[in-house]
Amino acid sequence: MRSADRLAVLFLAPLFAFAAAFFVLPLAELVLVAGSGPNGAFEYLAILANPRHVQTLVATLALSAGVSVATLALGTVVALFLARTRFAGRALLVSALTLPLAFPGVVVGFMIILLAGRQGLLGAFTQSLGMDRLVFAYSMAGLFAGYLYFSLPRVLVTLMAAAEKLDPALEEAARSLGASRLAVLRDVTLPGLSPALIASGAIAFATAMGAFGTAFTLATRIDVLAMTIYTEFTLNANFATASALSLALGLITWGVLALTRNMAGTGVAAAG
Amino acid sequence: MIPHRLTFVLQLLVTLACAAFLLVPALASMLAGVTANYFQGLRSGLTLRWIGEVLALYSGTIGLSIAIALGTLGVTLVLGVPAAWALARKPSRLSRLVEEVVTLPVAIPGLALALALILAYGGFRAFRMSPLFILVGHVLYTLPFMLRAVMAVLAAVDVKALEEGAASLGASPLQRFFHVVVPNAKGGILAGALMVVTLSIGEFNLTWMLHTPLTKTLPVGLADSYASMRLEIASAYTLIFFVLIVPLLVALQMFGRALPAAPAKGGRP
Repeated sequence: MRSADRLAVLFLAPLFAFAAAFFVLPLAELVLVAGSGPNGAFEYLAILANPRHVQTLVATLALSAGVSVATLALGTVVALFLARTRFAGRALLVSALTLPLAFPGVVVGFMIILLAGRQGLLGAFTQSLGMDRLVFAYSMAGLFAGYLYFSLPRVLVTLMAAAEKLDPALEEAARSLGASRLAVLRDVTLPGLSPALIASGAIAFATAMGAFGTAFTLATRIDVLAMTIYTEFTLNANFATASALSLALGLITWGVLALTRNMAGTGVAAAG
Repeated sequence: MIPHRLTFVLQLLVTLACAAFLLVPALASMLAGVTANYFQGLRSGLTLRWIGEVLALYSGTIGLSIAIALGTLGVTLVLGVPAAWALARKPSRLSRLVEEVVTLPVAIPGLALALALILAYGGFRAFRMSPLFILVGHVLYTLPFMLRAVMAVLAAVDVKALEEGAASLGASPLQRFFHVVVPNAKGGILAGALMVVTLSIGEFNLTWMLHTPLTKTLPVGLADSYASMRLEIASAYTLIFFVLIVPLLVALQMFGRALPAAPAKGGRP
Protein backbone atom coordinates (compact mmCIF):
# COMPACT_ATOMS: atom_id res chain seq x y z
CA MET A 1 0.00 0.00 0.00
CA ARG A 2 2.51 2.54 -1.22
CA SER A 3 -0.03 5.25 -1.99
CA ALA A 4 -1.47 4.82 1.50
CA ASP A 5 1.99 5.47 2.96
CA ARG A 6 2.16 8.69 1.00
CA LEU A 7 -1.26 9.72 2.28
CA ALA A 8 -0.16 8.95 5.85
CA VAL A 9 2.83 11.26 5.48
CA LEU A 10 0.53 13.93 4.06
CA PHE A 11 -1.81 13.49 7.02
CA LEU A 12 0.98 13.73 9.58
CA ALA A 13 2.58 16.84 8.09
CA PRO A 14 0.13 19.40 9.51
CA LEU A 15 0.40 17.80 12.95
CA PHE A 16 4.19 17.95 12.75
CA ALA A 17 4.08 21.58 11.64
CA PHE A 18 1.75 22.55 14.48
CA ALA A 19 3.77 20.71 17.12
CA ALA A 20 7.02 22.21 15.82
CA ALA A 21 5.73 25.77 15.70
CA PHE A 22 3.71 25.89 18.90
CA PHE A 23 5.31 23.32 21.13
CA VAL A 24 8.93 22.47 20.26
CA LEU A 25 9.90 26.02 19.34
CA PRO A 26 8.31 27.71 22.39
CA LEU A 27 9.87 25.11 24.69
CA ALA A 28 13.28 25.79 23.15
CA GLU A 29 12.63 29.49 23.74
CA LEU A 30 11.80 28.71 27.37
CA VAL A 31 15.11 26.89 27.78
CA LEU A 32 16.98 29.80 26.17
CA VAL A 33 15.26 32.46 28.27
CA ALA A 34 15.93 30.49 31.44
CA GLY A 35 19.62 30.70 30.59
CA SER A 36 19.61 34.35 29.59
CA GLY A 37 19.25 35.98 33.02
CA PRO A 38 22.09 37.54 35.01
CA ASN A 39 23.07 34.05 36.16
CA GLY A 40 23.30 32.70 32.63
CA ALA A 41 23.04 28.96 32.31
CA PHE A 42 23.45 28.75 36.07
CA GLU A 43 19.91 30.01 36.58
CA TYR A 44 18.90 26.42 37.35
CA LEU A 45 21.46 26.30 40.13
CA ALA A 46 20.39 29.77 41.25
CA ILE A 47 16.91 28.41 41.91
CA LEU A 48 18.36 25.79 44.19
CA ALA A 49 20.56 28.38 45.93
CA ASN A 50 17.52 30.51 46.73
CA PRO A 51 16.12 29.20 50.04
CA ARG A 52 12.68 30.61 49.30
CA HIS A 53 12.40 28.71 46.05
CA VAL A 54 13.68 25.53 47.64
CA GLN A 55 11.14 25.93 50.41
CA THR A 56 8.37 26.46 47.85
CA LEU A 57 9.49 23.40 45.90
CA VAL A 58 9.54 21.25 49.03
CA ALA A 59 6.13 22.57 50.15
CA THR A 60 4.65 21.89 46.71
CA LEU A 61 6.09 18.38 46.61
CA ALA A 62 4.83 17.63 50.12
CA LEU A 63 1.36 19.03 49.39
CA SER A 64 1.09 17.08 46.14
CA ALA A 65 2.28 13.85 47.76
CA GLY A 66 -0.15 14.34 50.66
CA VAL A 67 -3.07 14.99 48.31
CA SER A 68 -2.20 11.92 46.24
CA VAL A 69 -2.07 9.64 49.28
CA ALA A 70 -5.31 11.03 50.73
CA THR A 71 -7.09 10.79 47.38
CA LEU A 72 -5.93 7.21 46.84
CA ALA A 73 -6.97 6.17 50.35
CA LEU A 74 -10.47 7.66 50.03
CA GLY A 75 -10.75 6.56 46.40
CA THR A 76 -9.90 2.94 47.23
CA VAL A 77 -12.51 2.73 49.98
CA VAL A 78 -15.20 4.30 47.80
CA ALA A 79 -14.31 2.34 44.66
CA LEU A 80 -14.29 -1.02 46.46
CA PHE A 81 -17.57 -0.18 48.16
CA LEU A 82 -19.30 0.85 44.95
CA ALA A 83 -17.93 -2.09 42.99
CA ARG A 84 -19.23 -4.64 45.48
CA THR A 85 -22.50 -3.22 46.67
CA ARG A 86 -25.68 -2.96 44.66
CA PHE A 87 -28.39 -0.67 45.98
CA ALA A 88 -31.05 1.69 44.71
CA GLY A 89 -29.55 5.02 43.76
CA ARG A 90 -26.08 3.60 43.20
CA ALA A 91 -25.91 4.92 39.64
CA LEU A 92 -26.94 8.34 40.90
CA LEU A 93 -24.22 8.24 43.56
CA VAL A 94 -21.61 7.29 40.97
CA SER A 95 -22.72 10.19 38.77
CA ALA A 96 -22.55 12.57 41.72
CA LEU A 97 -19.03 11.42 42.55
CA THR A 98 -17.72 11.77 39.00
CA LEU A 99 -19.64 14.83 37.84
CA PRO A 100 -17.10 17.38 39.14
CA LEU A 101 -14.58 15.78 36.77
CA ALA A 102 -14.43 18.74 34.44
CA PHE A 103 -14.70 21.57 36.94
CA PRO A 104 -11.67 23.74 36.25
CA GLY A 105 -9.31 24.71 39.07
CA VAL A 106 -10.83 28.16 39.47
CA VAL A 107 -14.30 26.75 40.03
CA VAL A 108 -12.89 24.20 42.49
CA GLY A 109 -11.32 27.12 44.37
CA PHE A 110 -14.73 28.76 44.59
CA MET A 111 -16.26 25.51 45.85
CA ILE A 112 -13.70 25.50 48.68
CA ILE A 113 -14.50 29.13 49.47
CA LEU A 114 -18.19 28.24 49.72
CA LEU A 115 -17.29 25.30 51.94
CA ALA A 116 -14.61 26.74 54.20
CA GLY A 117 -14.33 30.43 53.37
CA ARG A 118 -15.23 33.43 55.50
CA GLN A 119 -18.94 32.94 54.84
CA GLY A 120 -18.61 29.22 54.22
CA LEU A 121 -20.93 26.37 55.13
CA LEU A 122 -18.49 24.76 57.57
CA GLY A 123 -18.06 28.05 59.39
CA ALA A 124 -21.80 28.50 59.72
CA PHE A 125 -22.11 24.91 60.93
CA THR A 126 -19.40 25.12 63.59
CA GLN A 127 -20.77 28.47 64.73
CA SER A 128 -24.25 26.99 65.14
CA LEU A 129 -22.66 24.36 67.40
CA GLY A 130 -21.36 27.16 69.58
CA MET A 131 -17.74 26.91 68.41
CA ASP A 132 -15.58 29.37 66.51
CA ARG A 133 -16.23 29.76 62.80
CA LEU A 134 -14.10 27.18 61.03
CA VAL A 135 -12.30 28.99 58.18
CA PHE A 136 -9.39 27.41 56.36
CA ALA A 137 -10.00 28.08 52.67
CA TYR A 138 -7.24 30.65 52.24
CA SER A 139 -4.34 28.54 53.47
CA MET A 140 -2.42 25.38 52.66
CA ALA A 141 -5.30 23.39 54.19
CA GLY A 142 -7.71 25.07 51.77
CA LEU A 143 -5.41 24.22 48.89
CA PHE A 144 -5.23 20.64 50.13
CA ALA A 145 -9.04 20.45 50.17
CA GLY A 146 -9.16 22.01 46.70
CA TYR A 147 -6.73 19.54 45.17
CA LEU A 148 -8.60 16.70 46.88
CA TYR A 149 -11.82 17.98 45.32
CA PHE A 150 -10.09 18.16 41.98
CA SER A 151 -8.44 14.72 42.07
CA LEU A 152 -11.08 12.58 43.75
CA PRO A 153 -13.44 12.24 40.74
CA ARG A 154 -10.52 11.46 38.39
CA VAL A 155 -9.02 8.86 40.69
CA LEU A 156 -12.43 7.32 41.29
CA VAL A 157 -13.13 6.79 37.59
CA THR A 158 -9.90 4.79 37.21
CA LEU A 159 -10.19 2.89 40.50
CA MET A 160 -13.86 1.98 40.00
CA ALA A 161 -13.06 0.50 36.58
CA ALA A 162 -10.21 -1.50 38.13
CA ALA A 163 -12.27 -2.64 41.13
CA GLU A 164 -15.03 -3.92 38.83
CA LYS A 165 -12.49 -6.16 37.12
CA LEU A 166 -11.14 -7.75 40.29
CA ASP A 167 -12.01 -11.41 40.54
CA PRO A 168 -13.96 -11.97 43.80
CA ALA A 169 -13.07 -15.68 43.66
CA LEU A 170 -9.47 -14.85 44.51
CA GLU A 171 -10.51 -13.17 47.74
CA GLU A 172 -12.88 -15.97 48.63
CA ALA A 173 -10.10 -18.48 48.07
CA ALA A 174 -7.75 -16.53 50.32
CA ARG A 175 -10.44 -16.27 53.00
CA SER A 176 -11.25 -19.98 52.82
CA LEU A 177 -7.56 -20.70 53.28
CA GLY A 178 -7.73 -18.81 56.55
CA ALA A 179 -6.36 -15.39 55.67
CA SER A 180 -7.71 -12.56 57.80
CA ARG A 181 -9.67 -9.75 56.18
CA LEU A 182 -6.72 -7.41 56.58
CA ALA A 183 -4.37 -9.96 55.03
CA VAL A 184 -6.73 -10.42 52.07
CA LEU A 185 -6.85 -6.67 51.56
CA ARG A 186 -3.07 -6.38 51.78
CA ASP A 187 -2.09 -9.46 49.79
CA VAL A 188 -4.91 -9.89 47.28
CA THR A 189 -7.10 -6.84 46.79
CA LEU A 190 -4.57 -4.01 46.84
CA PRO A 191 -2.03 -5.80 44.61
CA GLY A 192 -4.86 -6.37 42.15
CA LEU A 193 -5.61 -2.67 42.16
CA SER A 194 -2.00 -1.57 42.08
CA PRO A 195 -1.70 -0.65 38.36
CA ALA A 196 -4.75 1.60 38.73
CA LEU A 197 -3.43 2.98 42.05
CA ILE A 198 -0.08 3.85 40.50
CA ALA A 199 -1.61 5.42 37.40
CA SER A 200 -4.22 7.49 39.19
CA GLY A 201 -1.85 8.44 42.02
CA ALA A 202 0.59 9.80 39.45
CA ILE A 203 -2.14 11.86 37.86
CA ALA A 204 -3.25 13.25 41.19
CA PHE A 205 0.36 14.13 42.00
CA ALA A 206 1.06 15.74 38.62
CA THR A 207 -2.13 17.80 38.61
CA ALA A 208 -1.50 19.00 42.15
CA MET A 209 2.06 19.99 41.23
CA GLY A 210 0.96 22.10 38.28
CA ALA A 211 -2.47 23.29 39.39
CA PHE A 212 -2.72 27.03 39.23
CA GLY A 213 -6.39 27.99 39.09
CA THR A 214 -7.28 26.75 42.57
CA ALA A 215 -4.32 28.48 44.25
CA PHE A 216 -5.09 31.61 42.26
CA THR A 217 -8.70 31.70 43.45
CA LEU A 218 -7.96 30.89 47.09
CA ALA A 219 -5.06 33.25 47.75
CA THR A 220 -2.11 34.68 45.94
CA ARG A 221 -0.07 34.34 49.12
CA ILE A 222 0.14 30.57 49.33
CA ASP A 223 3.68 29.64 48.38
CA VAL A 224 3.33 26.85 45.86
CA LEU A 225 5.38 26.48 42.72
CA ALA A 226 2.67 27.57 40.27
CA MET A 227 2.00 30.78 42.24
CA THR A 228 5.71 31.56 42.47
CA ILE A 229 6.13 31.16 38.71
CA TYR A 230 3.15 33.40 38.15
CA THR A 231 4.35 36.18 40.45
CA GLU A 232 7.94 35.98 39.18
CA PHE A 233 6.67 36.35 35.62
CA THR A 234 3.90 38.92 35.89
CA LEU A 235 4.77 40.99 38.93
CA ASN A 236 8.56 40.82 39.05
CA ALA A 237 9.09 40.41 35.26
CA ASN A 238 11.79 37.94 36.21
CA PHE A 239 11.55 35.88 33.04
CA ALA A 240 14.68 33.79 33.57
CA THR A 241 13.62 32.54 37.01
CA ALA A 242 10.03 31.96 35.88
CA SER A 243 11.26 29.98 32.88
CA ALA A 244 13.71 27.90 34.91
CA LEU A 245 11.02 27.14 37.50
CA SER A 246 8.51 26.24 34.76
CA LEU A 247 10.99 23.85 33.22
CA ALA A 248 11.70 22.28 36.59
CA LEU A 249 7.94 21.91 37.16
CA GLY A 250 7.39 20.48 33.68
CA LEU A 251 10.23 18.01 34.12
CA ILE A 252 8.92 16.79 37.47
CA THR A 253 5.34 16.24 36.28
CA TRP A 254 6.39 14.73 32.96
CA GLY A 255 8.92 12.51 34.72
CA VAL A 256 6.41 11.20 37.23
CA LEU A 257 3.82 10.50 34.54
CA ALA A 258 6.32 8.84 32.19
CA LEU A 259 7.78 6.72 34.97
CA THR A 260 4.43 5.48 36.21
CA ARG A 261 3.06 4.97 32.74
CA ASN A 262 5.82 2.51 32.07
CA MET A 263 5.07 0.90 35.42
CA ALA A 264 1.31 0.78 35.08
CA GLY A 265 0.89 0.57 31.34
CA THR A 266 -1.71 3.30 31.06
CA GLY A 267 -1.51 7.01 30.61
CA VAL A 268 -4.69 8.70 31.59
CA ALA A 269 -4.41 12.39 31.09
CA ALA A 270 -3.86 15.02 33.70
CA ALA A 271 -6.37 17.66 32.86
CA GLY A 272 -7.21 21.04 34.29
CA MET B 1 -17.91 -12.74 50.40
CA ILE B 2 -20.40 -11.43 52.89
CA PRO B 3 -19.33 -7.93 53.85
CA HIS B 4 -18.30 -7.43 57.42
CA ARG B 5 -20.88 -5.28 59.23
CA LEU B 6 -18.60 -2.64 60.66
CA THR B 7 -16.45 -2.41 57.51
CA PHE B 8 -19.62 -2.00 55.51
CA VAL B 9 -20.88 0.86 57.65
CA LEU B 10 -17.50 2.60 57.59
CA GLN B 11 -17.22 2.26 53.83
CA LEU B 12 -20.73 3.62 53.41
CA LEU B 13 -19.91 6.60 55.62
CA VAL B 14 -16.70 7.40 53.72
CA THR B 15 -18.55 7.14 50.42
CA LEU B 16 -21.34 9.44 51.58
CA ALA B 17 -18.84 11.91 53.05
CA CYS B 18 -16.97 12.04 49.74
CA ALA B 19 -20.21 12.57 47.82
CA ALA B 20 -21.23 15.34 50.24
CA PHE B 21 -17.79 16.99 49.99
CA LEU B 22 -18.12 17.10 46.20
CA LEU B 23 -21.80 17.92 45.88
CA VAL B 24 -22.72 20.23 48.75
CA PRO B 25 -20.58 23.20 47.66
CA ALA B 26 -21.76 22.80 44.05
CA LEU B 27 -25.40 22.80 45.17
CA ALA B 28 -24.79 25.73 47.52
CA SER B 29 -23.27 27.66 44.64
CA MET B 30 -26.21 26.93 42.35
CA LEU B 31 -28.63 28.02 45.05
CA ALA B 32 -26.64 31.16 45.89
CA GLY B 33 -26.82 32.21 42.25
CA VAL B 34 -30.62 32.50 42.39
CA THR B 35 -31.05 33.63 45.99
CA ALA B 36 -31.77 37.30 46.66
CA ASN B 37 -29.40 37.39 49.62
CA TYR B 38 -27.22 34.37 50.31
CA PHE B 39 -26.45 35.37 53.90
CA GLN B 40 -30.11 35.58 54.81
CA GLY B 41 -30.71 32.34 52.98
CA LEU B 42 -33.76 31.24 51.03
CA ARG B 43 -36.01 33.42 53.21
CA SER B 44 -34.86 36.39 51.16
CA GLY B 45 -36.53 34.81 48.13
CA LEU B 46 -35.45 33.55 44.73
CA THR B 47 -34.42 35.90 41.96
CA LEU B 48 -32.98 35.94 38.47
CA ARG B 49 -31.45 39.36 39.15
CA TRP B 50 -27.89 38.05 39.56
CA ILE B 51 -28.10 35.99 36.38
CA GLY B 52 -29.19 39.14 34.58
CA GLU B 53 -26.29 41.11 36.01
CA VAL B 54 -23.82 38.43 34.97
CA LEU B 55 -25.20 38.42 31.43
CA ALA B 56 -24.93 42.20 31.32
CA LEU B 57 -21.36 42.18 32.64
CA TYR B 58 -19.86 39.05 31.16
CA SER B 59 -21.88 37.85 28.16
CA GLY B 60 -18.88 38.59 25.94
CA THR B 61 -16.79 36.01 27.81
CA ILE B 62 -19.46 33.35 27.32
CA GLY B 63 -19.64 33.99 23.58
CA LEU B 64 -15.86 33.99 23.24
CA SER B 65 -15.50 30.74 25.18
CA ILE B 66 -18.06 29.00 22.96
CA ALA B 67 -16.40 30.38 19.83
CA ILE B 68 -12.94 29.29 20.95
CA ALA B 69 -14.23 25.85 21.95
CA LEU B 70 -15.81 25.34 18.52
CA GLY B 71 -12.68 26.66 16.79
CA THR B 72 -10.51 24.34 18.87
CA LEU B 73 -12.80 21.46 17.95
CA GLY B 74 -12.49 22.28 14.26
CA VAL B 75 -8.70 22.43 14.36
CA THR B 76 -8.30 19.28 16.48
CA LEU B 77 -10.60 17.38 14.08
CA VAL B 78 -8.64 18.48 11.01
CA LEU B 79 -5.23 17.93 12.60
CA GLY B 80 -6.08 14.98 14.81
CA VAL B 81 -8.34 12.51 12.99
CA PRO B 82 -6.17 12.00 9.86
CA ALA B 83 -3.03 11.93 11.99
CA ALA B 84 -4.56 9.38 14.37
CA TRP B 85 -5.19 7.08 11.43
CA ALA B 86 -1.64 7.61 10.11
CA LEU B 87 -0.19 6.86 13.56
CA ALA B 88 -2.40 3.84 14.28
CA ARG B 89 -1.88 2.33 10.83
CA LYS B 90 1.68 1.21 11.34
CA PRO B 91 2.74 1.22 14.98
CA SER B 92 6.46 1.91 14.62
CA ARG B 93 9.15 3.52 16.70
CA LEU B 94 8.59 6.77 14.80
CA SER B 95 4.86 6.76 15.40
CA ARG B 96 5.46 6.14 19.11
CA LEU B 97 7.86 9.06 19.21
CA VAL B 98 5.39 11.32 17.44
CA GLU B 99 2.65 10.20 19.83
CA GLU B 100 4.92 10.90 22.78
CA VAL B 101 5.81 14.41 21.58
CA VAL B 102 2.24 15.28 20.70
CA THR B 103 0.85 14.04 24.00
CA LEU B 104 3.55 15.77 26.02
CA PRO B 105 1.55 19.01 26.43
CA VAL B 106 -0.85 17.09 28.67
CA ALA B 107 1.92 16.24 31.11
CA ILE B 108 3.38 19.74 31.24
CA PRO B 109 1.49 22.24 33.38
CA GLY B 110 -0.51 24.80 31.45
CA LEU B 111 1.34 27.60 33.15
CA ALA B 112 4.68 26.45 31.70
CA LEU B 113 3.17 25.99 28.22
CA ALA B 114 1.62 29.44 28.34
CA LEU B 115 4.90 30.99 29.41
CA ALA B 116 6.70 29.27 26.53
CA LEU B 117 4.09 30.51 24.03
CA ILE B 118 4.31 34.07 25.33
CA LEU B 119 8.09 34.10 25.22
CA ALA B 120 8.11 32.73 21.66
CA TYR B 121 5.22 34.69 20.15
CA GLY B 122 4.53 37.57 22.51
CA GLY B 123 6.39 39.91 20.13
CA PHE B 124 3.89 39.35 17.32
CA ARG B 125 1.42 41.88 18.64
CA ALA B 126 -1.50 41.28 16.28
CA PHE B 127 -1.33 37.55 17.02
CA ARG B 128 -0.77 38.09 20.74
CA MET B 129 -3.83 40.36 21.00
CA SER B 130 -6.21 38.15 19.02
CA PRO B 131 -8.30 35.24 20.33
CA LEU B 132 -6.24 33.06 17.95
CA PHE B 133 -3.46 33.10 20.54
CA ILE B 134 -5.77 31.45 23.07
CA LEU B 135 -7.03 29.09 20.37
CA VAL B 136 -3.49 27.87 19.72
CA GLY B 137 -3.01 27.18 23.42
CA HIS B 138 -6.28 25.26 23.61
CA VAL B 139 -5.44 23.18 20.53
CA LEU B 140 -2.04 22.35 22.00
CA TYR B 141 -3.67 21.19 25.21
CA THR B 142 -6.66 19.27 23.76
CA LEU B 143 -5.10 17.65 20.68
CA PRO B 144 -3.72 14.66 22.63
CA PHE B 145 -7.23 13.81 23.85
CA MET B 146 -8.60 13.76 20.31
CA LEU B 147 -5.65 11.69 19.07
CA ARG B 148 -5.97 9.13 21.84
CA ALA B 149 -9.75 8.76 21.56
CA VAL B 150 -9.57 8.14 17.81
CA MET B 151 -6.52 5.88 18.01
CA ALA B 152 -8.18 3.77 20.71
CA VAL B 153 -11.17 3.09 18.47
CA LEU B 154 -9.01 2.39 15.43
CA ALA B 155 -7.05 -0.15 17.45
CA ALA B 156 -10.25 -1.82 18.68
CA VAL B 157 -12.15 -2.22 15.40
CA ASP B 158 -9.53 -3.81 13.13
CA VAL B 159 -9.86 -1.12 10.47
CA LYS B 160 -6.93 -2.63 8.62
CA ALA B 161 -8.94 -5.63 7.42
CA LEU B 162 -11.81 -3.40 6.34
CA GLU B 163 -9.39 -1.13 4.52
CA GLU B 164 -7.76 -4.03 2.74
CA GLY B 165 -11.19 -5.17 1.66
CA ALA B 166 -11.97 -1.74 0.29
CA ALA B 167 -8.56 -1.55 -1.40
CA SER B 168 -9.12 -4.88 -3.14
CA LEU B 169 -12.30 -3.39 -4.57
CA GLY B 170 -10.26 -0.56 -6.04
CA ALA B 171 -10.85 2.23 -3.49
CA SER B 172 -8.09 4.85 -3.35
CA PRO B 173 -6.43 5.60 0.02
CA LEU B 174 -8.33 8.87 0.31
CA GLN B 175 -11.64 7.15 -0.47
CA ARG B 176 -10.83 4.49 2.10
CA PHE B 177 -10.08 7.13 4.71
CA PHE B 178 -13.36 8.96 4.24
CA HIS B 179 -15.63 5.98 3.54
CA VAL B 180 -14.11 3.26 5.74
CA VAL B 181 -11.90 4.77 8.44
CA VAL B 182 -13.94 7.81 9.47
CA PRO B 183 -17.32 5.99 9.69
CA ASN B 184 -15.73 3.23 11.76
CA ALA B 185 -14.02 5.71 14.08
CA LYS B 186 -17.20 7.71 14.64
CA GLY B 187 -17.52 6.72 18.30
CA GLY B 188 -13.97 7.78 19.09
CA ILE B 189 -14.31 11.01 17.14
CA LEU B 190 -17.49 11.86 19.03
CA ALA B 191 -15.95 11.07 22.44
CA GLY B 192 -12.81 13.05 21.50
CA ALA B 193 -14.92 15.97 20.30
CA LEU B 194 -16.93 16.12 23.54
CA MET B 195 -13.71 15.97 25.55
CA VAL B 196 -12.11 18.76 23.51
CA VAL B 197 -15.11 21.08 23.86
CA THR B 198 -15.46 20.37 27.60
CA LEU B 199 -11.77 20.99 28.28
CA SER B 200 -11.64 24.10 26.13
CA ILE B 201 -14.66 25.74 27.77
CA GLY B 202 -13.18 25.16 31.24
CA GLU B 203 -9.50 25.85 30.48
CA PHE B 204 -7.96 28.37 32.86
CA ASN B 205 -4.28 27.65 33.52
CA LEU B 206 -3.14 28.50 30.00
CA THR B 207 -5.85 31.01 29.24
CA TRP B 208 -5.20 33.22 32.24
CA MET B 209 -1.68 33.85 30.96
CA LEU B 210 -2.65 34.09 27.29
CA HIS B 211 -5.68 36.37 27.55
CA THR B 212 -5.72 40.14 27.08
CA PRO B 213 -8.34 42.57 28.43
CA LEU B 214 -10.15 42.19 25.11
CA THR B 215 -9.95 38.41 24.91
CA LYS B 216 -11.45 37.23 28.20
CA THR B 217 -12.96 33.74 28.25
CA LEU B 218 -15.56 32.39 30.65
CA PRO B 219 -13.12 30.91 33.22
CA VAL B 220 -11.06 34.12 33.13
CA GLY B 221 -14.24 36.07 33.82
CA LEU B 222 -15.08 33.62 36.62
CA ALA B 223 -11.73 34.23 38.32
CA ASP B 224 -12.37 37.94 37.93
CA SER B 225 -15.81 37.70 39.54
CA TYR B 226 -14.52 35.51 42.41
CA ALA B 227 -11.99 38.21 43.23
CA SER B 228 -14.14 41.29 42.88
CA MET B 229 -17.87 40.58 42.84
CA ARG B 230 -20.38 39.74 45.55
CA LEU B 231 -20.92 36.07 46.26
CA GLU B 232 -24.32 35.96 44.53
CA ILE B 233 -22.94 37.27 41.25
CA ALA B 234 -19.97 34.90 41.39
CA SER B 235 -22.41 32.06 42.07
CA ALA B 236 -24.78 33.05 39.29
CA TYR B 237 -21.83 33.16 36.89
CA THR B 238 -20.72 29.71 38.09
CA LEU B 239 -24.29 28.51 37.56
CA ILE B 240 -24.16 29.65 33.94
CA PHE B 241 -20.88 27.77 33.57
CA PHE B 242 -22.47 24.63 35.02
CA VAL B 243 -25.37 24.93 32.59
CA LEU B 244 -22.85 24.90 29.75
CA ILE B 245 -20.57 22.18 31.06
CA VAL B 246 -22.84 19.64 32.78
CA PRO B 247 -24.70 18.50 29.63
CA LEU B 248 -21.30 18.01 27.98
CA LEU B 249 -20.14 15.95 30.97
CA VAL B 250 -23.25 13.79 30.98
CA ALA B 251 -22.86 13.17 27.24
CA LEU B 252 -19.20 12.37 27.80
CA GLN B 253 -20.05 9.80 30.48
CA MET B 254 -22.63 8.21 28.18
CA PHE B 255 -20.43 8.03 25.09
CA GLY B 256 -17.22 7.45 26.99
CA ARG B 257 -18.63 4.16 28.28
CA ALA B 258 -19.06 2.92 24.73
CA LEU B 259 -15.31 3.29 24.22
CA PRO B 260 -12.74 0.62 25.04
CA ALA B 261 -11.62 0.91 28.63
CA ALA B 262 -8.04 2.15 28.35
CA PRO B 263 -7.84 4.81 25.64
CA ALA B 264 -4.14 5.41 26.15
CA LYS B 265 -3.27 1.87 25.19
CA GLY B 266 -4.50 2.48 21.67
CA GLY B 267 -1.81 2.29 19.05
CA ARG B 268 0.78 0.68 21.29
CA PRO B 269 2.14 -2.56 19.97
